[in-house]
Order: sequence, then C-alpha cells, then structure tokens
Amino acid sequence: MTALLPRRGLAQILALIVILAVDRVVSPQFFDLRLQDGRLFGSLIDVLNRGTPVALLSLGMVLVIATRGIDLSVGAVMAICGAIAASLADSHGLPVVLAAALGAGLVCGLWNGFLVAVLGMQPIVATLILMVAGRGIAQLITEGRIVTFSSPDLVWLGNGSVLGLPVPVVIALGMLILTGAVVRGSALGLLIEATGGNARASELAGVGTRAMILSVYVWCGVCAALAGVIAAADIMGADANNAGLWLELDAILAVVIGGTSLFGGRFSLVLAVFGALIIQTMNTGILLSGYPPEFNLLVKAVVVLAVLLLQSPKLSGVAGIAARLRRTKA
Amino acid sequence: MQNSLDPAASLLEVRGISKSFGAVHALQQVDFTLRAGEIHALLGENGAGKSTLIKVVTGVFPRDAGIVRISGEEIAPRSAKAALGAGIATVYQEVNLLPNLSVAQNLFLDRQPMRFGIVREREMRRRAKALLADFGLDIDVAAPLGNYSVAVQHVTAIARAVDLSARVLILDEPTASLDRHEVEILFGIMRQLAGRGIGIVFVSHFLDQVYEISDRITVLRNGRLVGERETASLPRLELIRMMLGRELAETTSERASVGEHTVRDVCASYEGYGKAGYVAPFNLELRHGEVVGLAGLLGSGRTETARLVFGAERADCGQARVEGAPVRLQSPRDGVRHGFGYCPEERKTDGIVAELTVRENIVLALQAKRGLHRPLSRREQDEIARRYVKMLDIRPADPERPVGLLSGGNQQKVLLARWLATSPRLLVLDEPTRGIDVGAHAEIIRLIRELCDDGLSLLVISSELDEIVTYSDRVVVLRDRAHVEELAGEAVDVGNILAVIAADGAVTAHEGRA
Repeated sequence: MTALLPRRGLAQILALIVILAVDRVVSPQFFDLRLQDGRLFGSLIDVLNRGTPVALLSLGMVLVIATRGIDLSVGAVMAICGAIAASLADSHGLPVVLAAALGAGLVCGLWNGFLVAVLGMQPIVATLILMVAGRGIAQLITEGRIVTFSSPDLVWLGNGSVLGLPVPVVIALGMLILTGAVVRGSALGLLIEATGGNARASELAGVGTRAMILSVYVWCGVCAALAGVIAAADIMGADANNAGLWLELDAILAVVIGGTSLFGGRFSLVLAVFGALIIQTMNTGILLSGYPPEFNLLVKAVVVLAVLLLQSPKLSGVAGIAARLRRTKA
Repeated sequence: MQNSLDPAASLLEVRGISKSFGAVHALQQVDFTLRAGEIHALLGENGAGKSTLIKVVTGVFPRDAGIVRISGEEIAPRSAKAALGAGIATVYQEVNLLPNLSVAQNLFLDRQPMRFGIVREREMRRRAKALLADFGLDIDVAAPLGNYSVAVQHVTAIARAVDLSARVLILDEPTASLDRHEVEILFGIMRQLAGRGIGIVFVSHFLDQVYEISDRITVLRNGRLVGERETASLPRLELIRMMLGRELAETTSERASVGEHTVRDVCASYEGYGKAGYVAPFNLELRHGEVVGLAGLLGSGRTETARLVFGAERADCGQARVEGAPVRLQSPRDGVRHGFGYCPEERKTDGIVAELTVRENIVLALQAKRGLHRPLSRREQDEIARRYVKMLDIRPADPERPVGLLSGGNQQKVLLARWLATSPRLLVLDEPTRGIDVGAHAEIIRLIRELCDDGLSLLVISSELDEIVTYSDRVVVLRDRAHVEELAGEAVDVGNILAVIAADGAVTAHEGRA
C-alpha cells in the first residue's frame, strides 16, 4: 500500500510543505526572490542561510546518533572554533585560520570519541564534559571579550555569494555532498548502521566498532568547527558566551525530525538536513509573522510533536494514520 | 506437614501446557506436578523450556493451551503479581528487589505498617528482624539491601515471598552466584520451608546440588516433558541421558556417513590455549573437511572454548596456529582476517542486526573483512544476497526485508550466509539448531555436512548429543571448564559422551562456584 509513496521522508516533506504554506499565509512575500548585485535575496534564501549552522551540525550529529551516541558539545565546539577563527583572522591568511579552527574541531571530536569509544563512557555524559568546559575554553581564547575582525576573506565566508547563493549555503551543500560521498561511497554507512543497530553483533562480525565510533565524533567536531567559523564570519566577531548556544539541541532535533532514531541504526543525511530546514522555516515564519519570538518555542514544540507522531512506528507512519482514519470513519 | 496438608497431595498441577513463539514450540503439552512439602528440581539444558514454563505458570507469558491448578483450584494469573496473589512466588537469579532501599523496606514494600498515613519505621524494622530471624539471619535491617551479599539478598527475597503467604516457591538458579557456605544456608532454609508444607521448585544446572536437596526431578528437553523421577532412584548417568540424548539404540544407526576419509591437513591448531577463570588450557586441532563437536553440560566451557578459538575472547596462555603459522587472536577482527567465522548462540543479541536487511546482514562480515575502502557495490551485494538466499533457501526470499522479521531458523541461515560469503576456512557454530523449528533443524544439519565435504573446517557446539554424533568426526567433551576427553571414530557415540560427562569428577568439581 506504500508502494506509491517514498519509503522514507514522506513525513518530512509533508511537514515542510505545510510549514511553507503557513509561512506564505502569514507573510505574502515569502516566496519572492530578487537578484541584487549578483546575489539572490528573499525569505527562502534567508531560511537557507540562517539554517546553515544547524544543517552543518546535523550532518555530524546524524552520524553520531546513528552509532547510538549523542554529542552535546557541538554548540561549545562552535564557540571555541569561532573564537579561534576570529582571533587569527586579522593576522593570518584564510587557509591558516580555517586550518586552525577545523583542527581545533577535530581535536574536540577526538576527545569525545576517545571518551566514548576507548574509555566506554556514556555518550551523553562524555560530551557533557566538553559542553560545559568548551564555553570556558572559548572565553579564555577571547579573554572574555567579543573579538571582532575585519579580514575580508573571513567576512566573505559569512556574507559573500557564489552563483547568487550565499557562501554558507554553498558550503553546507558542499559538506552534504562530501559527507554523503564519503559515507555512502565507502562502506562506512553500512558499518555505522550496523554498529548502531547492534554493536555486539557487529563487533563479532569483524566490524571495527571502536574506529567507527571514534570517526563519527571526529566528523561531528569538524562539522561543528565549520558551523562555528561561519557563525563568526556572519557577525564579524566571536561571542564566546552566545555563539552556538543551545544549537546542539536544534541539531539533535533536526536529526530526530529527519527520522533517525536515538537508538541508533538507520540514518539519513539528507533528511537530517531537511530537519534543519524545517526548524529554520518555522523560525523565519514566526519572525515574519510579527508574533513575539516567544511563540517560536511553543510552535516549534508542536510541529516537532506532529512530525514525530507522523513517523511513530505505533502509528506505522502516514499510511497507518490514513488507514486508522478510514477505519474510524467506517 | 504440620499444617494439616497431606504431603502426597499435589499442590501445584500443570497439565498440557503449550506455548509457541512464532513457529517455535517453546513448550508442548508439558505436565508438571509439585506436591506440598517437596523440593522438586526442574532440569534441562538451555532452551529446554524451563524458564518458559515458569513464566507461563506465573502469568508472565500467556499460555496457548493447558491448565494450572493450585490445591485443586484452577488459576489463570495474568501477571507475576496475580500469581503471587494465588500463592506462587518466584525468586529469580537476579534478585528483583531494590538495592538502595533498606532490607526492612524491601521486605514490606507495598505493605508497610502505617499509622495516620505515616510509615511506622520502628514497627517495620521490628517485624523485619523477626521475620529474618526465622531464616537464621541476624542483620541490621535498616541498612540498604545492596550492602549485603547476594546470598542475603536471596534470603530476603525468599522471606518476602513466603511472608506474602506463598505456598509455591519457585527458585530460578538461586545458587548460581553463591559460594559453598551460602548454598548450605540456602538449602537449610529450603528444607525448613519444605517442612512447613511449602512446595519448592528448584531450577539449577548444578547436578550435585540437585542430588543433595531435591526429592523429585522433572526433566524437560526441547520444550517437551522427558519425565518425572524420584531423585533417590535416578542414577546420574540416566539423568544426563534424559537431559541430553534420546535412547542409545535410536541414535547409533544414524551415524553412518561419518568417519571414512583420509587424514586431512590441519586448518587451525591450539596448544595449551586457555584463559584463567574462563577455560583451562586445552589442545585442539581442527582439520579441513572435518567436523569437531563440543559436548558438555551447560556451563562446562563450550561457548567459552568457541569464543577463544574464534578470537572473541583473548587467551592468556598458549599458541594458536593457522595453517601451521603462529597467529595472535586478539579480537574478532583478527579471527575474521584469518578466515574464521562464528555464529554465536545468542542470535538476537550477538548475531543479527535486526533493523538491517537480509542483504546487509549477509554482506556485513565480508565488508568488514574487505575494509572501508573497498566497498561492495550495490550490484555485488545484491548478487551475493541472492546467491545465498537461494542456496540456503532463506524465506521469505526477499533480500530487502529487515532480518528481525524473519523466523529464528531463517535468521540462523542468514548468519551462516554472512560467514559463508567470506569464504572462511573455519566456522564455529554455537548451538546452530537452538530454537529452530524441525524442518529448518534438519536442513541446517544437512548444510553442516555439505560444508564439511567442501573442505571447510567446522567446530560445532550442541546440547543435542544425538545431533552432535550424527555429524561430528571427533567430539571433545568438556566438564567444569576443561576439556576432559576427545572421542574419535568409532568411539563417537552418545553412550560414551554421556559416560564422560557423568564421570565421578563432575560431582566434586561442581561444588562451589559456577
């Protein structure tokens, strides 16, 4: 009965369409796009641009969650890496700045991965350590100030455009393609899903489960670093207190909305990014509607609940709901 | 006896109980009778149906057929709590109490003495102390239960059960984590309770303890009742035969095709291989085209041997060789690299990845062996999956179905396929036919023979002795975590294996810890 519908992703696509339609109602210009100075402008572009940090985070987070882990530290890692990028921006070239920031993200990921894969700590506790400590580290780097910079290279990373699209959007798209190519192009995807689905069985089948777990945390750290650099470039400064604050929760939410279970196993990169877009479409819509932003959180909660209900195996997905409705009518 | 109960009267009567999980018959027409004041041992290997019987009787699982009577009155409890209400209490190996609460609170949980809505702590402690004194236990009942030994926790659980007016007490492997002295205390309590007319069901795999404490023995095998005997008149050899094998006459004829080939090359060998506290050092040679069976009772070190041979567990002494060359087996990865495969006993927890498809489960070990950088293309995966689904007749023949939705027998075949896809030289199968319906059972045994004819070396564990003798060229018999004897050629028969397992050494060596 589900043969005509895509097996996965239907709930997410439906949710996005509904939210876009609501946005169109509250803000009639929502779908307007205009080209100015070789760059596209409009609410849709805004959604993509603002959604970039969470989309990047969710790319790393979805892999971590697929191994049955979680990474609470990504917001703090954003702050660290943003601070590093901002501090170096005016004295070093972009390659050095990027290398330092991404290197720091990699080290953060290694640390998390070491705690989880080698020491066997519970992921939620292991990454809580860096979540707490990370902001302190970021504040040490910025010496408690908001570090601003004017390096045009780094500013371009946050505000420039390529082929009419904002640079952050292009970067996020590039990362999605790169991650997809690495994960699905190699055997990594299958082995990560097997590790998350049943670590003991995978281990006995000869899968290097520790290496799998370590590598996903490293990748999560790198993605968070990139998100941090972009967030800093966007505001031309690093705010150790607020950069990436609570974004780990949005990233987890994006992954869950994208249909990846917190119990690990099957995952979808594209749907996780979709999840990030759903969240951002809502945020933007609420801002445009003129309602006070406090509503944002409530509406978000309701939408998340709706999407999760649509995916719930107990309701056996959209088809199940339809069947139930029909049955109750009959 | 003191309380006017006729000791010969049956207290708990179970008649014609059946229970299936999918296509697997966990219990078929099982009868069980417990008399007042008796200690009745319930025996059988893993998967014989002991736990299922207990769970069906106590209402944890619904039953498919049959009746349960207590003192002649029919009961149909829907939960363990309802069973307790009817007078049946169960104490599991893992005590189901709250270690962070005090002993007294545990004893009176849910029924604390109250006054004006406030728990009367002192009254509760006084009663707890008196209750435990009945069991010869003098401890500080205000201390958290978790501070005490497993033995005390067991006694507490039993005291609570008995105080809840249980007439039937089921003890599931109560002695597994007790030392000799604690076992004595527990047995003292069991005798005392039996003297009060309580009927006790004692589940254990320590046969010497069974002989020490029980009045009667009921043996289950493959979900069927084998028989009920008086302990005093049942020789140990006869008991083990009831647990492990059919009658000798039936089985000897089946072993015809085995044993008429020339000496083959050694595939893998183990010298003085072992791990302290796990399995005593053993010597083992596995040859191409040969099936070696591992026989022994539950807990004798069969699975432990299999894990060492494969590399799932690290040995702390001895030398392993593959095709004559010394190797180090530090992890399953090493085993896989050397061309080993291992189908574990616990298919669900250690074998399949339930959520992934049949195809993905089949290619998993091969992909892990090839490494990340050499992914199998989707076409190759489809090809491999199709080939093995056809070869092993996996049903339904849909490689894209999540493997968790398949029956036990088909899951087992998927695991076999997973290893066959890696073209192994040695395959270790731990209870390959456990929990599988009869048809698939015969098929898997046929497969084992075929694989062996293709030059594969096989190490197979099975509790079914008549099964093991049909396909094994040699049988290693284990007892108390040591390899005690290797039978080859004509010597491989159920009688000989039973004799080795039941040899006198087992009686003394089983004492103490598992």
